[in-house]
Amino acid sequence: MQGLTRYKLLFLLPGLLILLGIILFPLIFTIRVSFSGWDAIRPGLDWIGGTNYGRLFVDGRFWQSLSRLGAIALTSVMFEYLFGFGLALLVWHQVRFRRITRVLFLIPMMTTPVVMAVIWRTIFHESLGPANDIAGMLGLGTIPWLTHSVWATVVVILVDVWQWTPFMFLLLLAGLLSLPKEPFLAAAIDGAGPIRTFFNVTFPAMAPISVGALIIRLIEASKIMETVYVITSGGPGTSTETSSYYIFIRGLRDFQIGYAAALSVTYLVIMIVLLTIIAKILTNTLVKSGV
Amino acid sequence: MINTFKPLKIIAIAFWSAFVVAPFLWALTTSFKTANGVTGGATYIPWVDYEPSLAAWQGLFDSGAGSIDVVGPLANSMIVTLSASAISLALGTLAAYGLSRFRYKAGPITNTDLTFFFISQRIMPPVVLAIPFFLMLGYFGLLDTIFGLVIVYVALLLPIAVWVMVDFFNNIPRELDETAMIDGCTPLEVFWRVILPNSLPGLVVAGIFCVVFGWNDFFFAFTLTFTNTQLLPVAIVSLNSSVTPWWSLSASALISVSPLIIVAFLVERYLEKGNISVASK
Repeated sequence: MQGLTRYKLLFLLPGLLILLGIILFPLIFTIRVSFSGWDAIRPGLDWIGGTNYGRLFVDGRFWQSLSRLGAIALTSVMFEYLFGFGLALLVWHQVRFRRITRVLFLIPMMTTPVVMAVIWRTIFHESLGPANDIAGMLGLGTIPWLTHSVWATVVVILVDVWQWTPFMFLLLLAGLLSLPKEPFLAAAIDGAGPIRTFFNVTFPAMAPISVGALIIRLIEASKIMETVYVITSGGPGTSTETSSYYIFIRGLRDFQIGYAAALSVTYLVIMIVLLTIIAKILTNTLVKSGV
Repeated sequence: MINTFKPLKIIAIAFWSAFVVAPFLWALTTSFKTANGVTGGATYIPWVDYEPSLAAWQGLFDSGAGSIDVVGPLANSMIVTLSASAISLALGTLAAYGLSRFRYKAGPITNTDLTFFFISQRIMPPVVLAIPFFLMLGYFGLLDTIFGLVIVYVALLLPIAVWVMVDFFNNIPRELDETAMIDGCTPLEVFWRVILPNSLPGLVVAGIFCVVFGWNDFFFAFTLTFTNTQLLPVAIVSLNSSVTPWWSLSASALISVSPLIIVAFLVERYLEKGNISVASK
């Protein structure tokens, strides 16, 4: 038995210790820094109590960035789920050109988000990009894609949908392919049409995997900032600034390390609480009611 | 299934395919332009709309004004991604095997908690870690080095490797281990001689995910390096300024995303074989 313990630790410890070292130490450090007045002028771990937390409580820009993040993340993920599910259903039983369509649908999630964002920025360039060229041909005139707050948000969501619908597609198609055949045969024998089959058989069977995919995407979408940085730099004004991006500006641009740490801790706690609640709600509505 | 749906299906597939391909085609045509082809407004077809030139592609290999030398950043990106993926895969596979086969107990902490700890690291927003990483790497003199980036990327990729592999090992029957144990193998020998050779599909899927996430990271490379160790995404984004050379940008972007298009083919193969399962909880 002594020997087995040694082996057990041998398997687990290297990975666990490294992860603890790389993640847990920074996290504890961040919590400590959030109680200090560390900035560019006076770097150092002094103790100023909850001053930073008091400041963020009345920092409208932070709370706006959070609600904006919520709107962008929920909208993007909703479209990604709808499109991803739709595409997965479309190619599920496809026979001709099957491989090439699937590969094509997967490609965007493999590409580097910032690099594609740079390309998207040229596409939505107001005077030189093809987006407005096409809008002009359709008689829509010149759309201020990146200089109007609503349009800039639309572009950020559109780019996210382009990038991450494939992820939903991948997970949902993998789910569809692993479904047992019998319920579909039974439905066919009962004479159920495609729409009834979908709502009574396919969708309930896909509910657990849908919840999993939605939660993973919401977690990832809650961190969105790189594409915002490249496409709009949070602008115009602060109208597309997400929480991560605002913390980045405070911490690594203004070097208000202490304040950024307090923002980080608050942001992390809010995200964990919200995502847990959303996960519970999704599991309850989709999985349970579906049975 | 039903014939009336067929035209609609084809239209939907064609429409989405066009949406997927559009930015790549735009980048491809832009990469053959010069300043003249860009500043006149959107143009699409070479020879008809604009006079194509290879200047942008040639510029990728010498760092003149308005272009970047992609060779250095490309090599850095490859070294960092591949070494971090290899380390994560090795450590992650070991830990995942342990978590799948043995019972751990330290006070109230059990296997589920340990697995959750690994996976939950994906929730952490990069920006929360960026500042401590910056200070930590600075303290050890590892800012702007390949080694420093590899350490950070291992933290990013290890949870992915553990997540995929725990799930995979759970689906390998335990009888395989037990038979080998009866034959007198130590747990390490069982792992090395029996389990690993049977885990190739899992390892490939985990490896793919590690490489994709490693290759595509921008934020850590952006905050933790300056000029000595530039990774490819950082080099490309640094071209993105008020007067952007769209042609160099497009050419280097295409270079940067092309390796991953090959990866998409691999993923599709494993999808077909049913090896991409999800631990949806």
